[in-house]
Amino acid sequence: MSEELLNLTLHVWRQDGPSQPGRFETHPATGISTHMSFLEMLDVVNEDLIEKGKSPIAFDYDCREGICGSCGMVVNGVAHGPQRLTTICQLHMRQFNDGDELWLEPWRASGFPVVKDLVVDRSAFDRIVQAGGYISIRTGSATEANEMPVAKAMADQAMDAAECIGCGACVAACPNASASLFTAAKISHLSLLPQGQAERLDRARNMVAQMDAEGFGGCTNHGECEAACPKGVSLRWIARMNREVVRSAVKSDSGVKTARR
Amino acid sequence: MQRALTLHQTTIGKKLVMALSGLVIVGFVIGHFLGNLNLYRGQEALDAYAHFLQGLTPVLWGTRLLLLLAFGVHITAAFSLWSRNNKARGSRYKKHQDMATDYAARTMYWSGPILLLFVVYHLLHFTILPAHPGEVYRNVVEGFQNPWIAGVYIVGNIALGFHLFHGIFSATQTLGANHPRFNSYRRDAAVAISAAITLGNLSFPISVLAGFVTV
Repeated sequence: MSEELLNLTLHVWRQDGPSQPGRFETHPATGISTHMSFLEMLDVVNEDLIEKGKSPIAFDYDCREGICGSCGMVVNGVAHGPQRLTTICQLHMRQFNDGDELWLEPWRASGFPVVKDLVVDRSAFDRIVQAGGYISIRTGSATEANEMPVAKAMADQAMDAAECIGCGACVAACPNASASLFTAAKISHLSLLPQGQAERLDRARNMVAQMDAEGFGGCTNHGECEAACPKGVSLRWIARMNREVVRSAVKSDSGVKTARR
Repeated sequence: MQRALTLHQTTIGKKLVMALSGLVIVGFVIGHFLGNLNLYRGQEALDAYAHFLQGLTPVLWGTRLLLLLAFGVHITAAFSLWSRNNKARGSRYKKHQDMATDYAARTMYWSGPILLLFVVYHLLHFTILPAHPGEVYRNVVEGFQNPWIAGVYIVGNIALGFHLFHGIFSATQTLGANHPRFNSYRRDAAVAISAAITLGNLSFPISVLAGFVTV
């Protein structure tokens, strides 16, 4: 694949803080190599902004290997940009054409307040996990590897659900800004494994209560989340989450916890 | 009861209410359509079928109450979810591109209110204020000979078709029926049921307008 240089126009969402109004700013991105990743392209634009004494565009990232779930933005109306099953850090500029105009927006959701520019506060996801996305284990030395047998089929399914990296693209893409796919993936991967059985009844109920308390919308089965998910997490986990919620409503003895934001 | 009420306060509980009440209405719509096919057997058959239903007083009123309840909770839950979902986005995207959704799913908030207005009109037209009480066949045929009235029924049933398709597919997902092995059948079943009901229902006003069915 030969290298080409692209000249692009970026319309970037700039916002100074959660309560400040945001606006679009237009910046040229010139001489961008098709071998660059999307975030490297933004690094180049930012170097130019810094040299001119302007404030650089704030965006989130960590590993830049597509596995940590830190990065993410909406490019021309699509979460993580045009390539499916790819985080924005793994998206390369060869996916774009010379002269393209790109609109960069943050994840827009009441549950994800904007910190700055394209950076949003996703601590709502941490609170959903804290509400029940854990297992209680004996601490100390590691147990025997095969002490608790897990059937291959179950392990595979749990792994599929556990692929969720918590990036929030599902919320960004959902017409209702629903966190159902994220919450469902976390509930499902634990409920499928023997280690997750101890808290199973309360987990679904408490995590769903927290998901609602964070101000996310409900699922209307459009499938936009599944299409936007860089890890291909399936809608079937939302169906499974619903079954888990009914199960916990029928079987659980403990009182309902009230969730707070 | 306490648990059911708590469940109902969650978004998932409300979705379960939407799905279950929706499926009750789908069941009725299928039965209603099959009964209406008596139109093609002629005046005597349709009027006799109508009188037979009127005679089953407890069943008739039981069904009416169940449907009223189903409509009531379906609309209440829809309104509550709609207002929640509206707030959840916060600020709107400047650019938006759909990746997976379809026309039926995107227009549920339109097809729903259209259907509600249509059902109210339909009840006033044939059940509450019929032109010729007791003469169902005559009411239907004379009503549909008016192109405006037939038009209302055609629009109403097209909205029904889209609402049914997304409703059936979505309700099964909400109720937890999603498995890779069966998902293509789920979609096929939603298409088949909604298409059969819509095309069948559309055939009534069209047959009258075309002169195939006359008084």
